[in-house]
Amino acid sequence: MRLRVDRVQFYYEARKVLDEICFEAGEGEFIGLIGPNGSGKTTLLKIIDGILKPRIGSVYLDCKHISKLDPRELAKELAMVPQTADLSFDLKVFDVVMMGRYPYLGRFSFEREIDEEKVRFWMRLTNTLHLAERSIKEVSGGERQRVLIARALAQEPRILLLDEPTSNLDVCYQIEIMNLLKELVERLGLTILCAIHDLNLAARYSDKIILINDGKIKSIGKPVEVLTKENLRDVFKIEAKIEYDRGSGSLTIIPIKTVAPEFEKSKRSIFSKALRKR
Amino acid sequence: MSGGSQEILEVELRGIGLLKRRLLRWKAILTYLTIGLCLTIIAATAIGPVYIPPAEIISIIWHKLGLRVGGFSEPHMKIILQLRLPRIFLGVLVGMALSVAGAIMQGLFRNPLAGPYVLGVSSGASLGAALSITFLPAVMGVYTTPLAAFMGGLTAIFLVYNIVKLCGRFAVESLLLAGIAVTYLFSATLSIIIWTLSRDAHTILLWIMGGLWGADWLKVEVIAPIILLLMFITFIFSKDLNALLLGEETAQSIGVNVKFVEKLLPILASLMTSAAVSFAGAIGFIGLMMPHIMRMLVGPDHRILIPSSALAGGIFLVWADAAARCLLELPVGVITALTGTPFFIYLLRRKKP
Repeated sequence: MRLRVDRVQFYYEARKVLDEICFEAGEGEFIGLIGPNGSGKTTLLKIIDGILKPRIGSVYLDCKHISKLDPRELAKELAMVPQTADLSFDLKVFDVVMMGRYPYLGRFSFEREIDEEKVRFWMRLTNTLHLAERSIKEVSGGERQRVLIARALAQEPRILLLDEPTSNLDVCYQIEIMNLLKELVERLGLTILCAIHDLNLAARYSDKIILINDGKIKSIGKPVEVLTKENLRDVFKIEAKIEYDRGSGSLTIIPIKTVAPEFEKSKRSIFSKALRKR
Repeated sequence: MSGGSQEILEVELRGIGLLKRRLLRWKAILTYLTIGLCLTIIAATAIGPVYIPPAEIISIIWHKLGLRVGGFSEPHMKIILQLRLPRIFLGVLVGMALSVAGAIMQGLFRNPLAGPYVLGVSSGASLGAALSITFLPAVMGVYTTPLAAFMGGLTAIFLVYNIVKLCGRFAVESLLLAGIAVTYLFSATLSIIIWTLSRDAHTILLWIMGGLWGADWLKVEVIAPIILLLMFITFIFSKDLNALLLGEETAQSIGVNVKFVEKLLPILASLMTSAAVSFAGAIGFIGLMMPHIMRMLVGPDHRILIPSSALAGGIFLVWADAAARCLLELPVGVITALTGTPFFIYLLRRKKP
């Protein structure tokens, strides 16, 4: 399965959110998508998933235009784990994961034994089977995230899109989820495109990193090629120390200070005013 | 959870499949509700100014089906066949339509306050009825007002969709807001008519409060196919409604044609509501309350929620109407509202913050 994003442009009203986005993803690749807040990561994921339509440019799956595919067929190839899911109704965890079987069911058919087997398989793999009978509203943040991943995997996609799956999770769950994703890539040949806030996680788990800034791809390549001091300064406005860690075999990024001279100057004057008043 | 207990749980789960267990549960729920509906129909037929024992009712029904079991009196047969049964069947259909429409709207808007009247159907129908009571001679006999009410309901749906279209991008939220706008517009017009023009304010108000007076078999025959067909069509979309509980984007992502479902289902639900309201008036609360009760009892899966809401709505309205008949022919809408309000307070108390 090959995913190709070809010169995608997207606008919200008149504001340009994505500009000339071009990249490819091959089978068994773990691609990290990084960039500051509002740089267009979520929008890009939604476009690839077919939820939003780009104004210009297109997304191809194995050379097929995704808008030419039936939504159900697309759902069998591509699955998305959204950052926020409004779960206001008392659905059971099992039923939430079972929703992933929707594209495989006819309009008049109920879920079959085989669907239950598959759902159990993915729930076991994501360590959520023991939650099956609980309400989705009752489970913890980490459990809910794993349930949503299980739901996406129940679609049996070849490409999995995730929007910051580790935000709001404590460190143990972060590693647990990232390890699971890595194993899906290595053992099942899944392609993963994952928006991540945490640069260290991105550096450690990604085969390839895409750095987006202001809707444009600033840099794309191996973690060492993308996570450079210059890029971090230009895009994230930070001075950082970048080291190679032998233990984990990956880069570690230690932010030192922000590079925002205007703000630093005004902050200093505000502080000094406050001091004078005392 | 420790590894050991998890294993035990898994074995337990494997014993009988969750799907199979769910199916058994659904079958049991529908069986109980169907039996409940049958018993309700017989019990409600017995109740009235003249008490008719259930045994006699059953032999009358057998008699109509061509079998002779037990005896009965001719006048009792007339009361049952011409007065009570059509009224009860009309009640079943109206109760079904309102609570199914409510369940669909609540699921679609993911809003507990949504009900069958969100698109302004009740105010449209009320306005239509008021106009016909005030201005129209009874060209179609007793069917003039229902027809005008139905047209009023359709006008409301039409207006709501055109307002949304006028505003550009389609979204369910704008449907909700346009519905509120249309409701207020029609209510205001209705007030003007009642205040200035109509000498039949009493009749209009009685109609608005809703009741099953003047039911006959023809009315039942007219709305039964409309309501049952629409209910079946919406039932086909229950898996899509389930997916929408996870949010629009997730639903779209798993292959649901969200825009289509969100445009079509409110129309179907409102048509169902219009048909019910045109013969029974704007009976309140049932479409809001029944889906909530059933969601608590059977869960939010629309494949069981829609049929069980239908059956429970039918049962509830028939009992409410039986109470109304016994209490000096009060409008049944008054009974549903009076029983609905305490229930709503109970719901609010129960809801965890």
